[in-house]
Amino acid sequence: MSETSEHVFARKTPVTIPVTVIGGFLGAGKTSLVNHLLRHADGLRIAVLVNDFGALPIDRDLIVGGDGDEGGDTLEISGGCVCCSYGSDLMDALLDLPRRRPGLDRVLIETSGVALPGMVASSVGLLEAYAPGGIVVLADAEAVRRQAADAYLGDTIARQLAAADLVILNRCDLIAAGARDETLRWLEEQAPHGRAVPAERSVVPVELVLGLRSGDRASNESSNELRTPGGIAASVLYESIALTLDRPVDVDRLAQALTTPDAGVLRAKGCLHDTNGRLVTLQIVGRRPEIADAPAGASPGTLVVIGLRGRLDRAAIDQAISGRGRAM
Amino acid sequence: MNPGRPEATHVAVRDGRILGVGPLDELAGWGSYTLDDRFADKVLMPGLVEGHSHVSEGTFWRYLYLGRFDRMDPDGKLWPGAASIEEVVARLKVADVKLGRSDQPLSGWGLDPIYYGEGRVTRQDLDRVSGTRAVGVMHASGHIFNLNSRALRLAGLLREGVNHPGVPIGADGLPTGELKGPDAMTLAGSHIGFDREVLANDEPGLRSFARLCVRQGVTTATDLANLLPLEAVAMMRRVTDEPAFPVRIMSFRRFQGVTPQQAVDHVVDLRDHSTEMLRLGAIKLFVDGSIQGFSARLRWPGYYNGAPNGLWYTMPRQIRELYHLALEQGVLVHSHTNGDQATEMALDCMDQALRDEPARDHRFTLQHCQLADAAQFRRMKALGMCVNLFPNHHFYWGDQHYQTTVGPERALRMNACATALATGVPMAIHSDAPVTPLGPLFTAWCAITRRTASGRTLGASECIGVADALRTITLGAAYTLRLDGEIGSIEVGKRADFAVLDDDPLAIAPERLKDVRIWGTVQGGRVFPAAEA
Repeated sequence: MSETSEHVFARKTPVTIPVTVIGGFLGAGKTSLVNHLLRHADGLRIAVLVNDFGALPIDRDLIVGGDGDEGGDTLEISGGCVCCSYGSDLMDALLDLPRRRPGLDRVLIETSGVALPGMVASSVGLLEAYAPGGIVVLADAEAVRRQAADAYLGDTIARQLAAADLVILNRCDLIAAGARDETLRWLEEQAPHGRAVPAERSVVPVELVLGLRSGDRASNESSNELRTPGGIAASVLYESIALTLDRPVDVDRLAQALTTPDAGVLRAKGCLHDTNGRLVTLQIVGRRPEIADAPAGASPGTLVVIGLRGRLDRAAIDQAISGRGRAM
Repeated sequence: MNPGRPEATHVAVRDGRILGVGPLDELAGWGSYTLDDRFADKVLMPGLVEGHSHVSEGTFWRYLYLGRFDRMDPDGKLWPGAASIEEVVARLKVADVKLGRSDQPLSGWGLDPIYYGEGRVTRQDLDRVSGTRAVGVMHASGHIFNLNSRALRLAGLLREGVNHPGVPIGADGLPTGELKGPDAMTLAGSHIGFDREVLANDEPGLRSFARLCVRQGVTTATDLANLLPLEAVAMMRRVTDEPAFPVRIMSFRRFQGVTPQQAVDHVVDLRDHSTEMLRLGAIKLFVDGSIQGFSARLRWPGYYNGAPNGLWYTMPRQIRELYHLALEQGVLVHSHTNGDQATEMALDCMDQALRDEPARDHRFTLQHCQLADAAQFRRMKALGMCVNLFPNHHFYWGDQHYQTTVGPERALRMNACATALATGVPMAIHSDAPVTPLGPLFTAWCAITRRTASGRTLGASECIGVADALRTITLGAAYTLRLDGEIGSIEVGKRADFAVLDDDPLAIAPERLKDVRIWGTVQGGRVFPAAEA
């Protein structure tokens, strides 16, 4: 058994690249979202993996080179980003990627309209070079409920939504506010582990999809730093708060508080000392918490939380943090 | 297959084509001739046509065969089936010793633990073969690997915390060694000798496949499908152009990773690379997965064991667009639909595409199409579609379909050959080699008897007669490939392609059709004895 145990207890590769899986039916706005993120990558080196280059996956003005037109599989994007078509094999593409593009910060996988993003994410989970970065599913505000009733595709759409951490209800400008809110409620029923947010033209804060950067510091007061360029000012729809964690916290309890249905948290990330002395990172996407040993050199102390403005239950979050002494 | 001359004593051949068939005195009218009577005591039938196979059957024989049933390799050696997991392990041990001290991986194929009771193969079973060498075995379905601990470790999977539906975890918290589905399998393939690049463009494999074809009387076979990159096309051209290459290969472009327009453009270009022996220019599309893998799309009431419905592999919108563009360009499309809901969707897409782009004689074919009901066959007929059914499934997995996947009633109508013929849907039948062994006469036997491995007759009302079965494995398959004007019958002007048989398939008891002895083939007038293949 000595041969096996060495691997069982081997530490995870210290540097892992977060992977966000973007799913949703054809026409829901996946490609617009990817372009929005690339346009505002702001120094993050992102690799976008798309099934094929057919319908021009990237806006022309973002492309600085590559062989997409000649049947190649790589497009160079401004800002050090790249778009690759994985065609026949996503896993092969992911295995190759760190060698082909060292120094990546994020990977986005745009799945085909009938793919199940939950299955894609669990396959990514087999690869030690990557870390889960969330499952984002787009839905077309006008069409999603009709699509979900389709005899052929209804169950596929239901499975896509059921796996989502975040559902972006897109094209909300095309429906009335009442219908929008009703659809959002319906989506949260369909996505029991996720949260649904409204959007137009796939414009959402970049951090919502790509995750907060390590070392991000949001102001306690406002959400000015959330980047939703090109859309409604982020501060109108979203807010982000930074909480100081200068003492050990019961991380399981905190995760639970942040993921209750009413907490209003869309994403959170922090590095903190657990009450048992471990230094851990806590990440939340939608309502899915991920607790892991902190990488070497991580500095604890801050938890950044993003939510819809006016929906974040600040009091409950504060209580979960301050209740550390009373836990158990 | 030639109604004017259903049987004849002589066939005249010139320039690789059939000059005439009939009595010698009629054929003598063509002028001076050489009488070749080496087949005087044989039976010549039209060269057999395999309408759905994969050239990778030739590749797999380089790995150790570990299937449950006897199977003949390209050398003509019959590998006996392994009756138990113990026997599988014993054979691997022998092969391990042969590999000696090298650290080369040991790879097997054809494993089908479904026949070994409730027990599954585990990494501990394969660890008994070797603790130091990577050992990996592919299942008969092609959709599962079993690995030993060493191979799992190389794949980065011998660790706790693996959470994936395709990677079962044992009581010890570690993967059991089974990897299901392409994603999990990709991680292991290169460590256990199943290298993707090798499988995609494998010259020795193509040669082995051709030898198997000779042994099975096959003179035209499909490769369904291939991404057909330039280097693979160049290799296939070079090999099939050789004077002694014995089988015509029709390789379909797999629709994957490109748009419908790109796929159609690609095969329109490839048409120009077609030769007598290598036919290109058609597309294969996957609509759903497999029934035994529970990834086929079924209509209500779904899987008999309650498994969730399967997966769509292509968007309906893409299917419609592909059909439309292909009809416009006259490109042939064959669509894999295993479940009846996938079949229904393909029919809907075809219906729409034909409204947008009316076309005659397109011969679009539904491949497998195992669960189609009578109404769906009527729609195929109305839309001008062909079908290529998969009767080999009855023998290999019919009992499992009856008991587990689709339940008795639908198992009895699976691969409804009699309904297809009665409805007038042009029909072929296939092996899907290497999923089941290449051998059209065996496939015909399956369609005639519908016998399962346990001996059950799976729906007697769908059994077809010998004459119909023999037509489907020749002219029937040729029709679905748009080759019926060139091959599929012994008729003046057609290619001189024959299966040379020691027994008369029309005289032998139908129950024994699979046992007909095959002497070899004649392909384009060239003689290929199986004994020398």
